[in-house]
Order: sequence, then C-alpha cells, then structure tokens
Amino acid sequence: MKKHGKKLMTAVLVAAVIVLGAGCSSSGTSGTKEESKNATIGIVQYVDHVALDAAREGFVTALADNGYTDGDNITLDIQNSQGDQSNLSTISDRFVSNKVDLVLAIATPAAQAIAGKTTEIPILGTAITDYEAARLVKTNEEPGGNVSGTTDMNPIKEQIDLLVKLVPTAKTVGVLYTSGEDNSIIQAKMAKEAIEKLGLNYVEVTVTNSNDVQQATQSIVSQCDAIYIPTDNVFASAMPQVQSITSQSKTPVICGESGMVESGGLATLGISYSDLGYQTGLMAVKILKGEAEPATMPIEAATKFEYAINGAVAEEIGLTIPSDLSQYVITAK
Amino acid sequence: MFEIILGAISLGLLWAIMTIGVYITYRILDIADLTVEGSIAMGAAIAAFSIFNGMNPFIATCLAFVGGMLAGLVTGILHTKLKIPALLAGILTMIALYSVNLRIMGKANLSLLRIDTVFTPLENLGLSPTNVVMLFGFISVMAIVGLLYWFFGTEIGCAIRATGDNPQMARAQGINTNNMIILGLVISNGLVALSGSLIAQSQSFADIQMGIGSIVIGLASVIIGEVIFGTRNFFNCLISLALGAITYRIIIALVLKMGMPANDLKLFTAITVAIALSLPVFKSYLRPLKKSMNGGDL
Repeated sequence: MKKHGKKLMTAVLVAAVIVLGAGCSSSGTSGTKEESKNATIGIVQYVDHVALDAAREGFVTALADNGYTDGDNITLDIQNSQGDQSNLSTISDRFVSNKVDLVLAIATPAAQAIAGKTTEIPILGTAITDYEAARLVKTNEEPGGNVSGTTDMNPIKEQIDLLVKLVPTAKTVGVLYTSGEDNSIIQAKMAKEAIEKLGLNYVEVTVTNSNDVQQATQSIVSQCDAIYIPTDNVFASAMPQVQSITSQSKTPVICGESGMVESGGLATLGISYSDLGYQTGLMAVKILKGEAEPATMPIEAATKFEYAINGAVAEEIGLTIPSDLSQYVITAK
Repeated sequence: MFEIILGAISLGLLWAIMTIGVYITYRILDIADLTVEGSIAMGAAIAAFSIFNGMNPFIATCLAFVGGMLAGLVTGILHTKLKIPALLAGILTMIALYSVNLRIMGKANLSLLRIDTVFTPLENLGLSPTNVVMLFGFISVMAIVGLLYWFFGTEIGCAIRATGDNPQMARAQGINTNNMIILGLVISNGLVALSGSLIAQSQSFADIQMGIGSIVIGLASVIIGEVIFGTRNFFNCLISLALGAITYRIIIALVLKMGMPANDLKLFTAITVAIALSLPVFKSYLRPLKKSMNGGDL
C-alpha cells in the first residue's frame, strides 16, 4: 500500500515536470526571438468574449494587410487576464520590462492598467466606450499623452429609433443591463434619454452577473412592450436565456451589437468589432511607421453601422420586418 | 525578467496586507469569512472616490481602512448577535457591499490616472513606480506585522486567539467570545480594505468587480506561505504570510512569462500552486529514499 502511494507520487511528480517543461519550451518558440530587430506589439485583452476576440483579430488582420506579419517582421505578444484584474498589473509589468514598441489594450480595465505603468510606450485601446471618463486621455480630440484608440460607442439614438420603427406600438421600453459595467451604465443612460425624448416611458432592470439574468428578464417582460439591451458583457453571453423568455412573452429585443442578435436578440444597428479592431490596426500602422503619435491622434469612432435582424426571432414573436430592412435579415438560429 | 519579478513582489506586498487579514479570520478565529470579496473592493471604492474628489490620499487610505472595519462589524453582528452562521453572514455582507460600493463610486469603474496617490510623493523623488510600490508596500507590511505581533500579545489579543482556539475554554476564562469574534472580523476586514485601497492606487483604477476571486487568492497565499515558509511561531507566521502572497504573485508572473495560451492561464496557475503546496509531501517522500540509498531500512 505504501509503495503504491509512492509510485503514484512519482507519477504525479513526473507529470508535473513534463507539463511545466512543455510550457517552458513552447515559450521559447513563440516569445523572445529576434526581439531586438523587430517591433514587438503587446496585446492585453481583459477577458475572452466574442466581440473582444473579433476586435483583436481585426487588429491583427489590419497589421498583416499593411505588411506587418507576426513572426515575420513583427512579434505579437498576446496576453489575456481571464477577467482577473490583478493579472492586468502583472501583464503590464511584462510589457514594460520587455520594452514592447506598442500596446493594444482591449477593454477599459486593460487600458487603465497599462496606462498606469507607462507614459512612454504608445498605447492603443479598442472596445472602450469613453476614454475621457476613464481618464485615459485629456480630450477625445487631442489625447495629449501616450494613449489613443477607437471607441465602441453605439449609435444609441439610432438604435432606439430602430426599436420604434420595428415596434411602433411600444409605449414602455425596458432597459436591461449589468450594474457593474461602466460602459453599459453610460449607454443605458443615453438610451433612457433617447426614449424619453420620443415621449415614451422606460423601466430599467439591472443584473450583477449571469445568475440574475433569468429573473431580471422575467420581471422586465411583464412591464414593457419592447426591450433594449446595450453592449454588455454579461448579456452578450446570456442572450439565449433572454430569448427563451422573450419568445414566450413575444417581446422584441433590440441589442447593442450584432453578436447579440445572432444569439437571440431581434435586431440592432451596430458597429462591427472586427471592423473596429481593423481601424485600430490602421492607427497602429501609422505609429509603427513613425507617421503619428498617440498624443495627437484623436479617438476614432466606427465609421459605418450595420443593421442585423434575426429572422427566426422575428417569426417567433410574430413581427413583420419592414420591406426596406428585409435585406438585413440574417438566418442565424 | 528581473523587472517582472520586481513587479510581482511589489504587487505581492500589497496583497500581503490582504493575506494577513484573511489569516486573522481563517486561522486565528477559525472562520471562513467571505466578506473580504466585498471589503477589498470597498477599500478601493472609498479610496478612489475620495482621492478623485480631491481628498489627501493618505486620509483617503485611512478612510478605506475604517470602511473595511465597518464591513467587518456588520458581518460580526450578523454572526454573533443575530446567530447567522459565519459563512452565510460573510456572504450576506459581501452581496450587500456590491450595492454599497456602486453607491460609493457612483459608477462601476473609477480611474485614478494622472491623479496624485499615496505613491506620488515617493515617485516625485525620482523612484520608478514599481520601486515606489515595493518600498511603500514593504514599510506598510512591516509596520502591520509589528503592530499585529504586539497586539496579539496583549491581553485582548490573546483573548481573540483563545476564542479561535477553544471557545468553550475561552468562555470559561471569562472571555466574551462574541465580542472577540467581532473585533477579529473588524481588524481583518480593515486590513483587507486597506490592501484594496493600495491596490487600486497602484493599478490606477478601482473597479466594482475587482473583489471577485480575491478570497481564493487570499487563502492560497495563506497556505502557500505556511507550507513553504513555516509556522514555527506567531512572528514567523506573519512573515510567512507576506512571503506567501509574494510567492503567489511570482507564480502568476512566471506562468504569464512562460507564454501560456491565454485560456490555460488558470489551469497552469492551479497546477503550479498545487505543486508548491505539495512540496512538503515530496520532501518527506525523498527523505526515506535518501536513507535507503545510504543503506538504511525502510
């Protein structure tokens, strides 16, 4: 029995060494080669998430389209804090100590963490709603420091207009978002203003995490004729659950971005995170070529917005899509 | 590489204050107190809001400490006076603090970029941000270790320890164990909030979600410290806690340094911590092996 235990222990020890060894060796190939010659770009992403991933991929594509390919003439160092904010500080230390040439920060906490560590390395942000409120820049027009980037601010007024167009009978609009997400709070505030301006009423219900989504949705559908959900990390993941409730109550849901429409919302007029990432990549190219500096690069907003309408959901709740919008119907589940 | 380790040490020193707070409830009082997930964010929220509105950062940090103590007081009253089990009392306060913290900050994320913090006076002397945090963290941790070492040697401090060790015996000695539990929770959460306020100032923002997972980090740091650096006496324990928190941060830094695929970060952190924790078992396993190699009998 005792010997058996020791064998097991040896096996565990060996396995641990192999696992760690494998980790070390893989870093050798992906990490530090030719760092002196090529520009290194550190990418810090706050959490894994369809929209944030799309922004990152768009950024990398823009670099590649302009002749900057990872492993060829630039080195990408992609880090993800997995939603743990204390890791952002360590990742920032890594970038600063490796003296990367440019940092892409995806989502607000990531940008704040790296901006707190360096005032020299150029930082571009994306998927950040309000740079001024996050104190990343002096003004959006003239950042004045080492931070610039693209904002994912939605055309909220137009989204509310879309809601009214699709549901002309709506008198009360429900606004649903996460109380812990600054970006959502800003958007919800603008949405409420837009709703009031149209002479409609609103009710708002907030959640703290995905465990509250079901009850929050159930409570709001009984109080409103249509629901508006801004771009929101919790709801981006929980749309299928929202749909299971709104399809029963036949409540239309207008969302902040197309990913949420694909996973159960009715419609949006929104930005494409992939395009936004691409736009950020073009800003990076200018910095890498030495043509511009973050201090004088205004915060850029998305230039085109796209309709997305979920045909299956429209059918489910018995809503007819106006003919001028029918070309935007997507056939996701 | 060196700078990453320095960064991890400086961050670890700030987390060490939180680890010591967790130790007071988890080991001394023998209570798993989940209030800390709320009180760490509360410390950050109070400090960030006060500093943002122009208060002296040192006073703001002290306010954060007081705020954390109040949170501990609430948990203590829920537990001792209203007889709610400790685990649940902590959870209740933690949940309540989410709303309280949102009220304090007025929004979910408050930025401290380009605002003077407790670290600014030292930075103005020409030290790098990492060195400032390290120096400040080191002095704070040493001061707290010294104070707690003194405090837990006083009559009242001993009474808290007795309450955790053996409540029946403590009561038999005429100790009001309820008051001791409340006092322990108050000190613990005050330290946790202090740590949260310093972390927020060093990372230059406070966020409503920053407490999530902190109890796990705290407990892991306590146990890593105890296992690797020993628990020979109380002073040794306190130093071990600080070293444990630093070790945890270094482990994370190394895992990140290895360039793991992002999605595997948590798994590798868990594996590395598990290896660190099982070191004593390996040691005791290697000892008889050596003996047998020297011809000894198993």
